[in-house]
Amino acid sequence: MEAVLETKKLSKWKVTIKKIKEHKHGYVLLAPYFILFFAFTVVPVFMSLGISFSYYNILETPKFIGFSNYLKLFLDDEVFIIALKNTLILAIVTGPVSYLAAFLFAWLINELKPKLRALMTVIFYIPSISGNAFLIWLIIFSGDMHGYANAFLMKWGFLDNPILWLKDPKYMLPVLIIVQLWLSLGVSFLAFIAGLQNVDKTLYEAGAIDGIKNRWQELWYITLPTMRPQLLFGAVMQITTSLAIAEVSIQLLGFPSTQYEGHTIVTHLIDYGTIRFDLGYASAIATVLFFIMIGANLLVRKILRKVGE
Amino acid sequence: MILKLKNRWQEFLLKRKIKKEHRVNRSKYSNIFLILVLVIFGAFSAYPLIMTASNAFKPLDELFLFPPRIFPRNVTFDNFRDLSELMAGSWIPFSRYFFNTIFITLLGTVGHVLIASMAAYPIAKYDFPGKKLLFALVVYSLMFAPQVTAIPNYIIISSIGLIDTPLAIILPAIASSIGFYLMKQFMEQIPMELIESAKIDGASEYRIFFTIVMPLVKPAWLTLVILLFQRLWVTDGGALLFSEELKPLSYALRQVATGSIERSGTVAAVSFIMMIVPIIFFVISQSKIVETFTHSGMK
Repeated sequence: MEAVLETKKLSKWKVTIKKIKEHKHGYVLLAPYFILFFAFTVVPVFMSLGISFSYYNILETPKFIGFSNYLKLFLDDEVFIIALKNTLILAIVTGPVSYLAAFLFAWLINELKPKLRALMTVIFYIPSISGNAFLIWLIIFSGDMHGYANAFLMKWGFLDNPILWLKDPKYMLPVLIIVQLWLSLGVSFLAFIAGLQNVDKTLYEAGAIDGIKNRWQELWYITLPTMRPQLLFGAVMQITTSLAIAEVSIQLLGFPSTQYEGHTIVTHLIDYGTIRFDLGYASAIATVLFFIMIGANLLVRKILRKVGE
Repeated sequence: MILKLKNRWQEFLLKRKIKKEHRVNRSKYSNIFLILVLVIFGAFSAYPLIMTASNAFKPLDELFLFPPRIFPRNVTFDNFRDLSELMAGSWIPFSRYFFNTIFITLLGTVGHVLIASMAAYPIAKYDFPGKKLLFALVVYSLMFAPQVTAIPNYIIISSIGLIDTPLAIILPAIASSIGFYLMKQFMEQIPMELIESAKIDGASEYRIFFTIVMPLVKPAWLTLVILLFQRLWVTDGGALLFSEELKPLSYALRQVATGSIERSGTVAAVSFIMMIVPIIFFVISQSKIVETFTHSGMK
């Protein structure tokens, strides 16, 4: 009996080896990419986890300190708690809103004639690829009377005195959310447009015969289920970006921002990683962020799989 | 005769009814609502970019005018001239920064399209040990932002001696996972018969990849190009490039741009230069890029 199992195992190995030999060219072709991918993505995730249990400042060799970094992070670092809170607020608002907006606009655009559709696609998409053009919001939300927002609101009598949009903690997060939403119609928006264009038109005819009465039913029972793959892809993109907000906050609200109101997990990471050079601590921040991102993605994926069921 | 006409008319009505039934309930009100929504949010989306472009061509006295003019009355290139003067003041010539950015962007983009496609082809079209695991790793990597791995990346790059070389920026960019992911999804629709028949004709796998597969996935190239382009074009080198003569354009422009509101015109000129290149590229290649995303879906 054992001998039979053994030979079976052996032959399985043989099959595998044969397959590997057969697809030698495949491994050759994928090697360059995956060597780089492992070096700059896979290995770093584990390194980050390892470094997070140490004290490391690049100059000295890392010292193992167990969970100290994590304990300090959650129990002793008020700024991190603020950063965590801000990150979650930003993600919970900009994530779903930008996701729904990307879908809604893609859906509305889909009804237009091709030329107009192309134009609207450009208009909605380009903020996300326009580099640092978001700096114009510094003028729009400038704290003096010349800022467009202040000037308009004062002209129409909503305000008597200019608001310090970028320095007053009351307004900083909302401003950041607005700018981030402006930037947010990116890759997922394109995926939705493509997905909508590809829904088989005969499905709608069949649906009408089967008693679908209005646009909303059409959307829920036909469009969304056929687009589920794009919806999943879009969700991944939106979740990942909405949890990684940092650049816009640094450029618009300053670094550090007033009362850390614009501080996020990523800016905290930048602070410890590139300014204080406490790489162990920064890695602990990165690891926490990693698990938040993966967790959020897996959770949302689970929910989205139920769409239209 | 009349009967015939009547019949035809009824037929026509019936046809129209069927045609109307194709799509359910599209009332006039919802169309007006649709247009209204698109106009309002389209304006929200476009206004800041339009103002950036127009500010770049405004003389100083018009910059602070209220209400802000969308079309400058006296179009001027002063802001660009100021910019080049500021740049001339630095000890590295402007052209050097420009060259650095072009070099990084070009090499990174071409390298990414080539290397990511090479890896995408076997994963999309063949079944071999390890394939599922490799693809799963890429999908997981889409779920976290690159900031997570920034520190180990720095350590790895410095340990292989690439710190302060353009490769420190280029190599991680080549390994970008979204481009690989999209390319693999796009390649899946290539019919296997095509590859098989080429094989029967005696073409080697490498030959098939370069002469059959690569030309077929041209729309996806453009997508990979724009995704990587927008990332590399604005890179400022961060901690990975510290020699002044290796710094990219974005870094130099930011040095000029930081400052108070008096520099607004220069900032607008800088932003305009940085944004116009990716935008033009997207406008030209839009339809091909959207086509690629048809296959972006996840299971």
